[in-house]
Amino acid sequence: MTIPTIDVIDELTGLAPGDPIDALRRRRPVTRDQLQASFDALFAPVDDRDFPLVERALVAAFATRLTADDETAEFYAFRARAADAARTETVLAEASAAATAGPFGAYAEAGLQPENADGRRYEPGIRTRDVLGERLASALAHAHLLTYRPRESDAAALDRLLEAGWSVDGIVTLSQLVSFLAFEQRVAAGLRVLATSAGPTPTHDDQEVSA
Amino acid sequence: MTGTTTDVGTYVYDAPHPHAFTRAEVGWVPWLEPFPEDELTDRHHEGLVDRSRASSDYFRLLVRDPEILRARTLVDKDIFYNVAEGLPRAERELAAAAASRVNGCVFCASVHARFAAHYSKRADLVDLLLDEGVSAELGERWNAIVAAAAALTATPIAFEAGHVERLRDAGLDDLEISDVIHGAAFFNWANRLMLSIGRPIAPAEEAP
Repeated sequence: MTIPTIDVIDELTGLAPGDPIDALRRRRPVTRDQLQASFDALFAPVDDRDFPLVERALVAAFATRLTADDETAEFYAFRARAADAARTETVLAEASAAATAGPFGAYAEAGLQPENADGRRYEPGIRTRDVLGERLASALAHAHLLTYRPRESDAAALDRLLEAGWSVDGIVTLSQLVSFLAFEQRVAAGLRVLATSAGPTPTHDDQEVSA
Repeated sequence: MTGTTTDVGTYVYDAPHPHAFTRAEVGWVPWLEPFPEDELTDRHHEGLVDRSRASSDYFRLLVRDPEILRARTLVDKDIFYNVAEGLPRAERELAAAAASRVNGCVFCASVHARFAAHYSKRADLVDLLLDEGVSAELGERWNAIVAAAAALTATPIAFEAGHVERLRDAGLDDLEISDVIHGAAFFNWANRLMLSIGRPIAPAEEAP
């Protein structure tokens, strides 16, 4: 007997048991379970000393709002408000103001210089750093970098986090969190599109016949 | 490869960057100190999943958070290696390479371009993707997969019903389309992680 738990992708897509896309997901049980385990590892961690839960909630609300104004962004905004309503409003206002299109950026690779593209960068202002603190403000800057111009990420970006008080362990988890959200938000968005344009789902037998 | 440490803790490397996207063996070096190999506990080994990964700087840096590394690793393996049904491995790797090409992860693109070339036996087409980018002409089925992966990789996310229809017209069923979605989406995780905590170094054959 397994204990029923929420499944974060079900939440983000509105999938219900028996929906065609739910049936597809259950044909990949390891992906389904371990995506949920990833969410749990980041948002219900063994310990949060190096990256407190409130900061995780705020960074998640920021990063997902940068990526899309969608159900996933709403989900993380709701959770952030529950954790810290005042700072969530600042974080969401920053995200709205700093949202742009990507990926863009300059390559370090000499042969890719013709592909360099410019775009809007984000630098938390003095008032924002005051309200959020240097630690969180530097995390938002890193989340913006990874969201829009991952090709520009470099040692200087991590130096900045270290100077703002981040530990090496904390930077690893911060990088995982922003990167995981980029995955999760895209899985949810992709499956929502697939669900609304659902076609025939072949059974195993059909596939063998057509193979 | 060892780097030298600056006063605040990131490493500095002399090794050159790769010249451009390539199927050759690109190296990777961490900006921050990997967890010491001789201090790994059972919890760390659980996170690494495969004992052999303890020798990788990348995985020993990530193992500083063992639980998310473990879940990430198991998601990764299932999306790409579980081929009992669904999209052929070659085309999952194609989606991964296309996402990496768009985001600009030269290391990830090299690994998954090699896999895509190996499983498809179409190294010529994979090289076109690396050289020309996601607008390369690869034949309609691959074009449809690459276009879907690129749209899913864009921010804001640009994947829409037209991509699903094009994939269906190219012969993919919904499980296979879901595999394209997961393969491309996963590399939006992998690319950012890899680019955040280290950098690629040129393949040996590019050395001056």
